Amino acid sequence: MTNEALQNNITKWFPDAEAAGLTFSEEESQFLNIDISPNNLIELMSKLKSNEDTSFDYLFCLSGVDWGEELGVVYHLESTLHRHQLVVKVRTPDRENPTLDTVYSIWKTAEFHEREVFDFFGITFTGHPNMKRLFLTDEWQGYPLRKDYEDEINMILK
Amino acid sequence: METTTVQSNFKSEEYFINMGPQHPATHGVLRLVLTIDGEIIKKVDPDLGYIHRSIEKMCERDSYQQIVHLTDRMDYLSSNINNEAVCLAVENALQLEVPDRVKVIRTIIGELTRISSHCLWWGVMGMDVGALTTYFYGFRDRELINDIMEETCGARLTMNYNVPGGLMFDIHPNFVSRVKKFVAHFKTKIPEYDRLLTNNVIFQKRTKGVGVLSKEDAISFGASGPVGRASGYSCDVRKYHPYSALDRVTFNEALQTEGDTFARYKVRIQEFWESLSIIEQLIDNIPEGEHRVPTNAVIKLPKGEYYQKVETARGELGVYIISTGTKNPYRLKFRSPGFSNLSLLNHIAVGGKIGDLVATMATLDLVIPDIDR
Amino acid sequence: MKYGLSIITTIHDWLYSVMPEWLAGLVEMILIALVYLGIFSIAGLFLVLMERRVAAWFQLRVGPNRVGFQGLLQTMADALKLLSKELTGTEKADKFLYNLAPYFVIVTSLMALAVIPFTKEFHAFDINIGILFLIAISSIGVIGILLGGWSSNNKYALIGAMRSGVQTISYELSVGLSLLTMILLTGTLQLSEIIEVQKSGWLIVQGHIPAIIAFMIFMISGTAETNRAPFDMVEAESELGAGFHTEYSGMKFAYFFLAEFINMFIIAAIATTVFFGGWLSPFGITESIPWLGVLWFLIKTLLLVFLMMWFRWTFPRLRVDQLLTLEWKYLLPINLVNIVLMALLVWGNLIIKF
Repeated sequence: MTNEALQNNITKWFPDAEAAGLTFSEEESQFLNIDISPNNLIELMSKLKSNEDTSFDYLFCLSGVDWGEELGVVYHLESTLHRHQLVVKVRTPDRENPTLDTVYSIWKTAEFHEREVFDFFGITFTGHPNMKRLFLTDEWQGYPLRKDYEDEINMILK
Repeated sequence: METTTVQSNFKSEEYFINMGPQHPATHGVLRLVLTIDGEIIKKVDPDLGYIHRSIEKMCERDSYQQIVHLTDRMDYLSSNINNEAVCLAVENALQLEVPDRVKVIRTIIGELTRISSHCLWWGVMGMDVGALTTYFYGFRDRELINDIMEETCGARLTMNYNVPGGLMFDIHPNFVSRVKKFVAHFKTKIPEYDRLLTNNVIFQKRTKGVGVLSKEDAISFGASGPVGRASGYSCDVRKYHPYSALDRVTFNEALQTEGDTFARYKVRIQEFWESLSIIEQLIDNIPEGEHRVPTNAVIKLPKGEYYQKVETARGELGVYIISTGTKNPYRLKFRSPGFSNLSLLNHIAVGGKIGDLVATMATLDLVIPDIDR
Repeated sequence: MKYGLSIITTIHDWLYSVMPEWLAGLVEMILIALVYLGIFSIAGLFLVLMERRVAAWFQLRVGPNRVGFQGLLQTMADALKLLSKELTGTEKADKFLYNLAPYFVIVTSLMALAVIPFTKEFHAFDINIGILFLIAISSIGVIGILLGGWSSNNKYALIGAMRSGVQTISYELSVGLSLLTMILLTGTLQLSEIIEVQKSGWLIVQGHIPAIIAFMIFMISGTAETNRAPFDMVEAESELGAGFHTEYSGMKFAYFFLAEFINMFIIAAIATTVFFGGWLSPFGITESIPWLGVLWFLIKTLLLVFLMMWFRWTFPRLRVDQLLTLEWKYLLPINLVNIVLMALLVWGNLIIKF
């Protein structure tokens, strides 16, 4: 499916695009990018997976990103049936206690990837079966991949 | 492991053993916390991070040329392909068209790397199921590739041969003849591998029906590479998103449908043949030309997001770069194949014996630095 | 052995002339034990060397070839190194059992050597229940392994030890039954008489088909008895680290190691004695020179040892349930049928004799 067709399809699912925070963009990226508000994330993701026209059954990359003001997660999706690709982005402005919904129930690969994001960005995924540190020790202070993380001993800057 | 969660769902007939971080079957510093009832595995809980170097954070302060060097240290057995992934991502971002010669050489080197990685895997696979001799056979043939690499790239393990814009230097004059010699030699050795291990009754008994992964689960768990293809899930990046010179060669995607350990084994053996065929198609017509197009000394990627996937020996490696237009990436994420493949270990190993777990892990072909990036 | 024999007789006579009878007998026994101990701890070391060279040969390597001529002293040096190493162990180990285990293993394997006839005169302990004694002794070794695994307070060691118990108890049956098949043919348990019977043809020829089946079963279960690949469940280095001897070091580890090789030698020696005519030369070609019997015995035994090494360096390891399936579902029924077959053979006098 082409990016326009995808965009048309997905727009139909959310009559109130404004409230769902749904925006599309193809600038500065080789994929179609969708921004969605955290509240509608699960709804969008389940539809992307289950809808026959989209059928995004392969989550090939899940990355946490620190955008400065906001923390967020970028989902790279691919359909093994139609071979089209899509990027979904979700952001949360809460840096103290960021929380997002888990997509573990939709793609099982998210279990480890979300634990990695939790480990490095401190984003908690509600509904995740095993939300604990994966790489770092339990006593580790802070979240290393955040931009404001400082560690004078372990980090060599320039 | 914190003790509180452990005790709450612990039955008295079960017990824990720590497989790793120092254990012969984990091939590095992976630690698996196994819950076992007698010999039967009840739960596998991987504990990672023993050699985590936070390459992604390091990338945020490094220039793009430097990042290429870091990728060697991830999946060190497919270092050339890792290098290629970053270089391709940077070149795509810069809209840089590399010469045909570079593309062909990259593909040949990539396939040689794949063979050498699979050779090591084959040796270690045999060793994990108790046939120690295979290790030396695998290394015998891997050594020949290492020699070729040493001559051309100047290194045997961490090659650093690719740079954004091409190759660090041209191929060695002996390269073509040595690769041809290797291909002819290796064609006689794969049947030997089959005689020694594949056709062995004990080996087949140990691997058939063990660690079965269904196609749906393979996709859902993000399995890629031989692990996914053994479950009948056609996921070869070289087929679906061809890069370098892979769009001009014909090869079959190695596919099996059983999804068990033996199927994963057979996929890799089949890939030996496919890689040899790719090399054979390209080795005689390496185009003349430059081995590198000049780039700026300081590479600044235009603002935007770039994603490049390649097929390493272990599966799909993704490089996700967010650039803000400076000389360093704002965020760089490596989607490593081993990480996703490890996540399905618990799913397929539960219910098996300790011996099954070892055989299953051997065919997942985990490289720990690839997981602990 | 004429000359050698005369020395032994001289010593025997001399001892009995200077001491009271009971003391002389005791001293003689101790002397023989010391001689055996000396010979076989050295011989065991050379078996280790042989294994390493054979393994290297299979694996496109050279193997140890630096210490002494062609590495002949390599394992001696290794043994010296192990002697000088610190004996470590786990803190909460059951100290008494932990220390006892290696001796259990090494003593039982050395005991079994006593009844093996190297040649007509070189035979320390010729009892009329030789085979029974061998089977009984060789199964005690597993107690040492169980003790070692249990007392070291290590889960890997415990799993290894439990596997060993299961394995040895199962395969003991096959070893016993396959030897029983051959005893139908010889009609005696005494090893020297078993060899006498073979003067009219090795038993593997005399008993032809059932004997060959029995030999194959004996070699399979014998390999399992010694816990060697493809039946090395007990150690299974890729699964259990080092299995039951994970926590042993220094000389205690060396005892386990040496015992494995002596056990392998014993299994091969029993096979030689029972199936291949022991020290008898083929077609009696060197019957006039009795001491050459040792040579023939060693040649045959080492060939079988080589066969077991060949197994080890070629086959993958079985899984623990497959190991038991092989024994209880295949080897045991085949063995029972084979005994009936052999009985019919003996009853119908279908034996091939020269």
